[in-house]
Amino acid sequence: MSIQTREAQERLVLHTDVLIIGGGMSGAWAAIAARQAGAEVILVDKGYCGTSGVTATAGPTHWWVAPEQREAAVDARAVPTLGLADKSWMHRILAETWQQLPTLAPWYDFARNEQGQPIYAALRGPEYMRALRQRMLASGVRILDHSPALELLVRADGSVGGARGWQIRQQREWLIRSAGVILATGGCAFKSHLLGSGNNTGDGLLMAAEVDADLSGMEFSNAYCVAQGQTTMTRAMIYAFATYYDASGREIAPVREADPSVRTFDLATALLEGPVYCSLHRVPEDIRRQLAEISPNVPLLFNRARLDPYQQRFEVSLRAEGTIRGTGGLRIINEFCQTLVAGLYAIGDTATRELVAGANTGGGAVNAAWALSSGVWAGQALAQQALSQGRRLHETADGAGQVGLGSQTAAKNSGLSARLVAQVRDEMLPFDKNFFRTEVGLNQSLDRLETAWQEARQQLTGQGAEQVKAREAAALIASARWCYRSALARPESRGLHYRQDIPDSSEAYQYRLNTGGLDQLWVRPEPAAGVPA
Amino acid sequence: MIEVVIRNRCTGCQKCLEVCPAQVFELGVDGLSSIARQQDCQSCYMCELYCTSDALYVSPNCEQPEGIDEQTAEASGTLGYYRRYSGWDEWAGQHPNRHWVMGSVFQRAKVLLGPTKNELEKH
Ligand SMILES: Cc1cc2nc3c(=O)[nH]c(=O)nc-3n(C[C@H](O)[C@H](O)[C@H](O)COP(=O)(O)OP(=O)(O)OC[C@H]3O[C@@H](n4cnc5c(N)ncnc54)[C@H](O)[C@@H]3O)c2cc1C
Repeated sequence: MSIQTREAQERLVLHTDVLIIGGGMSGAWAAIAARQAGAEVILVDKGYCGTSGVTATAGPTHWWVAPEQREAAVDARAVPTLGLADKSWMHRILAETWQQLPTLAPWYDFARNEQGQPIYAALRGPEYMRALRQRMLASGVRILDHSPALELLVRADGSVGGARGWQIRQQREWLIRSAGVILATGGCAFKSHLLGSGNNTGDGLLMAAEVDADLSGMEFSNAYCVAQGQTTMTRAMIYAFATYYDASGREIAPVREADPSVRTFDLATALLEGPVYCSLHRVPEDIRRQLAEISPNVPLLFNRARLDPYQQRFEVSLRAEGTIRGTGGLRIINEFCQTLVAGLYAIGDTATRELVAGANTGGGAVNAAWALSSGVWAGQALAQQALSQGRRLHETADGAGQVGLGSQTAAKNSGLSARLVAQVRDEMLPFDKNFFRTEVGLNQSLDRLETAWQEARQQLTGQGAEQVKAREAAALIASARWCYRSALARPESRGLHYRQDIPDSSEAYQYRLNTGGLDQLWVRPEPAAGVPA
Repeated sequence: MIEVVIRNRCTGCQKCLEVCPAQVFELGVDGLSSIARQQDCQSCYMCELYCTSDALYVSPNCEQPEGIDEQTAEASGTLGYYRRYSGWDEWAGQHPNRHWVMGSVFQRAKVLLGPTKNELEKH
């Protein structure tokens, strides 16, 4: 693609059956499914569909269980959901993933086991997204890269009929009318430097809330992942063998389980005291040798830092994941992943994952199976809606954005976005605020976030690329407020949500929390349908 | 963070302009890629993976630039490492994608290290 630095051009106006906002794995699967159902599809991404988002940089292992083992697998996986998931949805994602993943074989070179059978469950991110992109293009999906959505378009009857955004490289506005919209903008990582999450700023959550969609599970928004100090490298497999030490050389966070995330509690505690060092001396020789071919970016960073991680101790940190590998997101109201709003669907990390992961992280298998499956269902459903009801282009559809969309070009505004983002980071990244939660601390954070929100409401403006940043800042503040407002409404500890002032769980709170609102936030309980074994 | 484009390697193919999710690069007047918005770099390393001439160097430090120059980048001996061990382009067939063994690695860790006594205490 050649870049164009000329003056702002006339806007790009298009219409289609299905518009998908966000090109990670969930958006890509939705696009493929919608094309297969006979719809015309446009997918827009803030970055480049193939490299942007957490799918591209990670390597999702999908929940992958043969039919005869599913009953037992679901029973086992339901336990850590702590009463908030729904077993029928867990079965649905297992079945859909089992059916869909092998269809990627022409585009992804699946490894084979000794019996010559392909191994489908685990795909490396860049190759996975490259395969999905190639498949989309082959099936006629139109992809607009570097084209962030700014706001949804809403018809007089309240249904969603398109979106408006900005093409960064062409420096022009885009406006796309469609039968409906699928939000696939990923989770919100609060600009934490979690690998691949830079564009995941909660834009979809804000856009949806502006048309009165609601959310669920936002209190489960505080997963953290270990990484080599000062780096983004949260591909953490090798840390399953890690030994950690404090500055005095005392061992901390002794292994409880191989899953590194289980050690977060002890690591966060130690990191509040001072630096934490890691040794990988226990990694078996053969795994050291294979690491470059498993996760090539991991040894790349060790090498660049001139570090022999198997001999030398090195500093590590924890990167906040926000709602990514948490479970919060837009609430969905039916099996097609529609939100509360007609014509608007939410998939992957943009949607709540409480239905399949409950109160605990869905990372490590469930989230990827969810992203794939929710994408397929929403893609099929919106395609069908488009084909039966049409695009409804004769109706008007107006921009529904409410914050950060003023177009004055005051120079101070780029500074304002950056300052607001810094404020949100200050509330959402520190362990003593987001990991070890207390009523007092949550209230203090909410007060400061409220002030930030008011400022955004009144002063955040910008044009073009500045407007994109303004919207990111607004979405980050809004997302942070839903997280902490929900956390306050759960006066217990459950799964990811840890209240230092109330460390125990209580039967009385075995329900989900829905939340929403922009200026006036609200939270209300919703009974969880599925009760685990 | 992206530090430097190695000019005698860059061919001006503009692939990095296309794939960078943060629009960090622009085409310079010399027809080569140039770093226009270093602070926007997300340290995702995707530009390095897609650069067939191994002309890009992203430093491990994602928080601030380190002032790495072309010579230091070359001398690191790590240019093109990500693409090579990913088995992309001319490396196809030489470095198989072993990502799928991750599951068994976690199993090995579990067996090797074993759960300790208070495994579930805090969780
Ligand atoms: C390090 C790591 C390892 C993981 N490992 C596993 C695992 O092993 N198993 C598992 O199940 N899960 C795992 N997960 C979680 C899993 O990767 C995610 O659940 C899944 O990739 C989410 O896909 P997605 O399509 O919803 O979001 P993403 O892949 O994040 O894609 C979101 C896309 O939306 C775009 N976007 C954002 N805002 C806008 C906007 N305004 N306009 C247009 N586009 C926009 C972004 O540019 C991005 O391309 C892991 C996560 C991480 C971070």
